[in-house]
Amino acid sequence: MSARDLFTFRNSHFRIGVGITAAILIVTAITGFIVLPFAQHWVQFANVWDAICSAAGVPQRAANVTAPEQTKRLSEVVLTSHTLSRPSQEAIGRGATLAQRCAICHGPTGISRADSPNLAGQYAAVIYKELHDFRSGARTNAVMSPFAVNLTDQEIADLSNYYAYLPRPAAYHPTPQLPKPSIVIYGAPMRGIAPCGSCHGSLDNKTGSPWLEGQSEAYMKVQLHAFASGERRNDISQQMRNIARAMTPQEIEAAAAYYASQPPDVVKAVD
Amino acid sequence: MLANRKLILAHFWLAFGVFGIALTLGAWQMFIRSPIGTWLSNPELYYRSLTAHGTVMGYVFPTLVAMGFGYAISESALEQRLVGVRWAWTGFWLIVAGAIMAMVPVVLGRASVLYTFYPPLIGNVFYYLGVVLVVVGSWIWVALMAINLRVWRRAHPGAPVPLAMFANVAGSYLWAWTAVGAALELLLQIIPVAAGLKATIDAGLARVFFSWTLHAIVYFWLMPTYIAYYTIVPRAIGGRVYSDSMARISFILFLVVAMPIGMHHTFADPQVGAGFKFIHSAFTALVALPTLLTVFTICASVEIAARLRGGRGMFGWIRALPWDNPMMLALAFSFVMLGFGGAGGLINMSYQLDASIHNTQWITGHFHLIFGGAIVIMYFAIAYDLWPHLTGRELIDLRLIRTQLWLWFVGMIITTFPWHWVGILGMPRRMAYFDFGDPAIAPQALSVTFSAIGGFILLASGIMFIVILARGMRAPQVDAGPYRFALAVHQPATVPVALNTHALWVALMIVLTLTNYGYPIVTLALTEGTSVPAVYVGAQ
Ligand code: HEM
Ligand SMILES: [Cu+2]
Repeated sequence: MSARDLFTFRNSHFRIGVGITAAILIVTAITGFIVLPFAQHWVQFANVWDAICSAAGVPQRAANVTAPEQTKRLSEVVLTSHTLSRPSQEAIGRGATLAQRCAICHGPTGISRADSPNLAGQYAAVIYKELHDFRSGARTNAVMSPFAVNLTDQEIADLSNYYAYLPRPAAYHPTPQLPKPSIVIYGAPMRGIAPCGSCHGSLDNKTGSPWLEGQSEAYMKVQLHAFASGERRNDISQQMRNIARAMTPQEIEAAAAYYASQPPDVVKAVD
Repeated sequence: MLANRKLILAHFWLAFGVFGIALTLGAWQMFIRSPIGTWLSNPELYYRSLTAHGTVMGYVFPTLVAMGFGYAISESALEQRLVGVRWAWTGFWLIVAGAIMAMVPVVLGRASVLYTFYPPLIGNVFYYLGVVLVVVGSWIWVALMAINLRVWRRAHPGAPVPLAMFANVAGSYLWAWTAVGAALELLLQIIPVAAGLKATIDAGLARVFFSWTLHAIVYFWLMPTYIAYYTIVPRAIGGRVYSDSMARISFILFLVVAMPIGMHHTFADPQVGAGFKFIHSAFTALVALPTLLTVFTICASVEIAARLRGGRGMFGWIRALPWDNPMMLALAFSFVMLGFGGAGGLINMSYQLDASIHNTQWITGHFHLIFGGAIVIMYFAIAYDLWPHLTGRELIDLRLIRTQLWLWFVGMIITTFPWHWVGILGMPRRMAYFDFGDPAIAPQALSVTFSAIGGFILLASGIMFIVILARGMRAPQVDAGPYRFALAVHQPATVPVALNTHALWVALMIVLTLTNYGYPIVTLALTEGTSVPAVYVGAQ
């Protein structure tokens, strides 16, 4: 008994084993690559080869389909791992100088008294993205847009690093802390809403999502409604619009009030 | 004839130890996402637990059982001392090291990627390296099984390889080849990203590689169970194997058709062509064949035992079976669960029906019934049967053993039947939280509660199992005699080459893998622009 006696068509087991296997393979291949494609009357194939390629999953580029015209500007921010890494003291200093013109709304220490967002200690990637979006027009605001249009890439990076460098408003408790509403803890799985904290920092932070603790209640409410109505649309892949649209007005109210009442020290830091 | 008892016991104890931990996590998962638990408030903890549970139950536990059992088979069926004991210990320690290396990042929340890796999700590199070590450790076992058989063949030229060893080596070859898919995915795609050398990954290609492993690994889990069906049960209940050739053909069929069918796990994936999905689906239908052969042969073997005990009539013989024998009980439970699980499997394997249960709780219900039920209950039976030979001590409390098996069976039915049901209703799998207050899923609360209760029954049974084995280490000593396997009705004097060696079938396995996977893998690998940015777990 050696491989020579086995791997030969004189051996009946070999004949039967290889024969049946090959037969099954051929029959299934013909069925899968030729018969079934043509059984789909709603698909047109130029010839048999075309059907085989389609069934095999050969990557094809449809010739006569053009991408739909984009009427509104979308966010075009590109963030690589180098964009904001390890800011120098100098860069932060430049950011501080530039930030003087922001102070009128966002506060001299990055803490707003005008229902604008607090920027002190915000994730650098967030400020970077919003400034880019204001500059490109992906996000518009009568007050904010004119400030952003003339910023250079370098200035945006410096500003982002400067604000991220400022200490968060630690002992800042605008109102008594409210209990967590269910929309914040659980989200609403059946409506596709994840818990807010899974992106906004208290459970995990997804790049580009700001932390919300201690922000202005009025501001957050306006933004949620703007997302829901589609008036604001600079969120990538509609991440926030999908959520805001599925929220009830009461949930928007409760989430905004809750976050406004929280000190930002529960939020994960970024290194 | 078991010379290396310590080696085998080490494998079994490690297997059942990690099984106990993973089982506890499983019961906790069941509870925490059911209406009787309160919401965790941090889903990350759920995914940590799920990653640990899946990794241990899918990779570490069954591999160790197959290895320990394989060494026992090699020594007792071949009646020859294990060759390469030092290598066997090396393999064991590699698995220990790998399991620890993988679990540390999981516990720390740095690798909550689930046991299927879920690219483009990327966790800490040590998790993947740990899994690789576990696989490498098990490959040492594969090599040792082949070497031991070869040594035996040289001493017994032309003699029929004992069925248990023939099947054992078939299982080890299947594992060696099927693990290659996940190994390629890890080494070529995931680990370079996890180690920071690359920032993008071709998730579609990775999923195809994983499907290469994912189906045949199921048959690797199943091998010890089928070996026990054929070579332990008939002996334990006083019967004979109905047909030795039928048994060999079943194992050969597993070797050939378990591999080229994994794309039934990618039915919903757009990157795989429909023609290949069809071929894989058709071959999947074939894999029912060896199981049907087995069910037939084992029922016939059991009937032989019953008739030898004086059973009569068309079905009357069933009463004559030794129902107080734990092995009989385990077999019956295993077959019932295999039957229901197999029926569910027919739904999963059909391209169209699969669409309605894809990624729902049906899937988790299905594989717990088959794997956790039909397969693992035979792992218990194997341990009970081997234990006196490994410890030199008797397992005295048969009633406790029977209770344990009953609880596992009942617990598994209570857990998995409602689990299937909520899947049909559309409940997704791998979710940390369900809001049962929502009218849309409120009707499922009751079913999920039943599953959770079943989970605690299973936990109780698992604890009993470990207690029985631990008590068996301190029971009165007995001489258990040599460990024997069941004889066939017609014990073969000679076996045709094809049924006595693996080469032809391994060759067919590899050829079918190439025909069924070659083209999709090569095109996916060569197509530009199919990679996506990695999403790092636990990183900022
Ligand atoms: C030997 C027995 C068992 C085996 C082999 C096993 C195996 C597995 C595997 C491989 C997974 C998939 C993990 C993933 O999706 O990443 C899983 C998930 C799970 N297992 Fe087990 N398991 C066993 C017992 C149990 C028991 C007894 C329970 C409950 C008491 C349980 C509860 C769960 C739960 C809740 C999930 C997650 C389902 C989901 O969220 O999709 N398992 N199990
Ligand atoms: Cu499968």
